Amino acid sequence: MGALKIGDKIFNSRLILGTGKYPNFEVMRESFEVSGTEMVTVAIRRVDLNDTTGQSLLDYIDREKYALLPNTAGCYTAKDAVLTCELAREALGTEIVKLEVIGDEKTLFPDNEATLEAARILIKKGFTVLPYIIDDPIICKKLEDMGCAAVMPLAAPIGSGLGIRNPYNIAIIIENSNIPVIVDAGVGTASDAALAMELGCDGILMNTAVAGAQNPVMMANAMRQGVEAGRLAYEAGRIPMKLYASASSPMTGIIHSSVS
Amino acid sequence: MTVTVNGVIHNLNREMSLTDLLQELSLPPEGIALAVNATVIPRKNHPQTILNDGDVIEIIRAVAGG
Repeated sequence: MGALKIGDKIFNSRLILGTGKYPNFEVMRESFEVSGTEMVTVAIRRVDLNDTTGQSLLDYIDREKYALLPNTAGCYTAKDAVLTCELAREALGTEIVKLEVIGDEKTLFPDNEATLEAARILIKKGFTVLPYIIDDPIICKKLEDMGCAAVMPLAAPIGSGLGIRNPYNIAIIIENSNIPVIVDAGVGTASDAALAMELGCDGILMNTAVAGAQNPVMMANAMRQGVEAGRLAYEAGRIPMKLYASASSPMTGIIHSSVS
Repeated sequence: MTVTVNGVIHNLNREMSLTDLLQELSLPPEGIALAVNATVIPRKNHPQTILNDGDVIEIIRAVAGG
């Protein structure tokens, strides 16, 4: 089925998972195992100086198996996003980042202007930038042209589970893109993942859809299969959609009963 | 001398480097990153980075998130 190439990294899995919102880290770890994912997102936050447990997310993520994709979730300005990426690079030793600059607390839609500004700065600083962005073909092209390693248009608001709200825009973005298109945010269930892949997406990123499912491990399995099925169907080349019927059985040699 | 660490004001009664600060806070240097006044200080520079009165320090690590 081919591999997903982002920057200089090759991934056999086209499914990227988030680490947030799981009932506990054990369920998270098992979900990753079952999903076949090879890259997981992490957030960057202040160390809790009063936390004496010593437990850390990274204790549950085997970095030999999973690449870390730090995000800039919670950043509302380009300046904060850039600083977060620099801190992430220093803490984790990784150059790849999921850039999020949020414009509105309710929708968590990206601030497009600030995202473009931050992406420009981060690319100059040598980061491999994967921007979370609105499903607008024009802005996706701008992000590609400035040197982003992929574009990540949202399917629907983060955590909404609405699925692909505008498959036509996603299809246009894919048609015009020379870099990977990874649908990110808003996925709800396996058919959403399959649809994204059938449209021709190179990958899909989700968090809540798996972590928030009643059975996250089972949903991780479903998503794995949905992504694989969707990608296979895309590569198989589907039949066109038609308004009227096109018979599947021959029109000759049909039996006619005699009328008495 | 006072510095702010992760939003909380700390009084320091002696000159401190970032390495000293991390030891004082019982934080191992792996898996974390520090910024002083919005500038990231690489780990190799921690021993010679001396804190000044009014410095704002952010100490971060990776946590769960999408």
